[in-house]
Amino acid sequence: MKLTTLLTSAAMVLGLASGAMAQDKTKVGFIYVGPIGDGGYTYQHDQGRLAVEKHFGDKVETVYQESVPEGADAERAITQMALNGADLIFTTSFGFMDPTVAVAKKFPNVKFEHATGFKRADNLATYSARFYEGRTVMGTIAGRMTKTNKIGYIGAYPIPEVIRGINATYLAAKKVNPDVEFNIIWAYTWFDPAKEADAAKALLEQGADVILQHTDSTAPSAAAEKAGNVITFGQASDMAEYKPRPRVSSIIDNWAPYYIERVQKVMDGTWESGDYWGGIGSGMVEIGEITGLPEDVTKEAEAIRDQIASGALHPFAGPINKQDGTPWLAEGETASDADLLSMNFYVEGIKGEVPQ
Amino acid sequence: MIVLEKRPQPSRFWSYATPVAAVLATMVFGGLLFAALGKNPAVAIGTIFWDPLFGEFAFYYRPQILVKGAPLVLIAIGLSLGFRAGIWNIGAEGQYIMGAIAGAGVGLAFYPLEAWYIFPLMVLGGALGGWAWAMIPAVLKVRFGTNEILVSLMLVYVAEQLLASMSLGLMRNPEGHGFPGSRNLQQYESAHNGELIAGSGMHWGVAAAFIAVIFAYVLLNRHMLGFHIRLTGEAPRAARFAGVRPSRLILFCLGVSGALAGLAGLFEVAGPAGQITIDFNIGYGFTAIIVAFLGRLHPVGILLAGGLMALTYIGGEIAQGNLGLPAAAIQVFQGMLLFFLLALDILTNYRIRPRKSEVA
Repeated sequence: MKLTTLLTSAAMVLGLASGAMAQDKTKVGFIYVGPIGDGGYTYQHDQGRLAVEKHFGDKVETVYQESVPEGADAERAITQMALNGADLIFTTSFGFMDPTVAVAKKFPNVKFEHATGFKRADNLATYSARFYEGRTVMGTIAGRMTKTNKIGYIGAYPIPEVIRGINATYLAAKKVNPDVEFNIIWAYTWFDPAKEADAAKALLEQGADVILQHTDSTAPSAAAEKAGNVITFGQASDMAEYKPRPRVSSIIDNWAPYYIERVQKVMDGTWESGDYWGGIGSGMVEIGEITGLPEDVTKEAEAIRDQIASGALHPFAGPINKQDGTPWLAEGETASDADLLSMNFYVEGIKGEVPQ
Repeated sequence: MIVLEKRPQPSRFWSYATPVAAVLATMVFGGLLFAALGKNPAVAIGTIFWDPLFGEFAFYYRPQILVKGAPLVLIAIGLSLGFRAGIWNIGAEGQYIMGAIAGAGVGLAFYPLEAWYIFPLMVLGGALGGWAWAMIPAVLKVRFGTNEILVSLMLVYVAEQLLASMSLGLMRNPEGHGFPGSRNLQQYESAHNGELIAGSGMHWGVAAAFIAVIFAYVLLNRHMLGFHIRLTGEAPRAARFAGVRPSRLILFCLGVSGALAGLAGLFEVAGPAGQITIDFNIGYGFTAIIVAFLGRLHPVGILLAGGLMALTYIGGEIAQGNLGLPAAAIQVFQGMLLFFLLALDILTNYRIRPRKSEVA
């Protein structure tokens, strides 16, 4: 019904106090959805945090909380950081959106940054990476390398970000191999090695010899290694321990430059809310070293990476039809960011339905 | 050498002293764990147990203990009735989900109408949702003699799938840009289970938890039905002679625990959580089983146990944030608490004696 007035007034007092303290040290908080040792998504965010510490030395203090459930508990975790005098808080998963909005309202003097969401305020910015650009490179490799023409894909949740990745991968794979088929399994978790391994095994049993994942652990690579003759890709992090095979390349999220830039802006007092979406070109998305593949496939994948970086190639360039056959993009058209952000359909050729 | 000797009567002293001893033992061994991780154990323990109650920001954390503890107590009270009679509802998590879905569904069906009767109807919907889900194992058990442990547990996973389906389909926020999750009920005045007194953390779920404790206490101590529940658990044969009808008891116990779990889900989704999302349930239904046993299946004990669990959750989060303790260390710490409680429980029924020297 009403926000707690007590909390608001206390927060304002504290906000002033933390503003005064900020002159010596800037306190930066991070809320993670998984454990920092997941070897994937959260690990990369934590690498960003460590880069901030390294870059600013004594001028900055960082705090983090890992494995925060997306829901009521997240609001408390974020509030706790704000109460303890954080000047800037990064909430690094989609499910933290409403909690971040709620806390940002109570702490007008604290700056917030929410990854992959769409709700903003004067003290709440959003940022994300164009992971789908990396998917185009992975899809090309997948299409070239599959012998069974069956590609397995482990999705976390059917949200636009993940669906975008599936579509980008499929379009790229189909371009080099018109016979590819996709089997998609939804894990309904970002990080659960047991579930991810089960999904990988199911896909292998269905005949897939390439497995892509949009979940955060290395379990699918471990399952593929056991099966032999299957290739996988690092997700969010390089997952280099599975080099040269089964992991043949990876999409790496490099958050460090963005985090350093934003912390600097808070120190300078020039921080402003906004929406930042970085891709291969800006370095926020990196393609991990390509290993264990034939020379020509490696060359082709690298060429695609460079074309995307330079803007010569767009992962979603028409003509593209939706799954039901209705036209989406005409010849010469490319998808707008608004379309990409709300994507909730498969492109033509993918079997199965987006879960409803 | 020492031996364990069974006491003729459970020790009254130890049944009260073991929880305290368990907490102390946890502090000692947890302290060692934190020291091994390179943190000052005194500071870490203090952060977990002291800061949420009396620390600098206690004005924020104290209400949060109520918010966190209320669903645990509400569910555990319902479970304890069945557990006392030997009726094992392990699927409270599923009933919690179904209560939330049903209750939120009622609220969302009225959106954007503002009216005083919406919230009471949601409460009814929540209780009915949980009750109906618990009736499945109950009826199957009464009618076909199936095992209620398995059926209720398996239905948790069915409920989780239904929750995912609701978040992605029927209940998805039409203004949510294609992202999963329902409208946020916190922004819908008539459906919001807000704080009754600003800053107190008291929402209807907390009130319901206290009421449930009182009702359960009266039921078990002053009412024939409560006597039947206890009798069935302690002496099933005697219960049959006393005219207890097992099938009615099964329907009652599973129904009540389902309805209470459903209520907990409704109060949570309409209050602290706000939305139906894929990850809405975070294990309250399972943790409540621990709370029920930690509280020795006694209503007042459950109230205290729920408070203690909530305290370690909140304190553990503070320790993570302030001291950089890993989340896993906090979970180990909570695990220790339960372990010592159960382990020291042996002192209630046994006494430790030095073994008399024997000839080899």
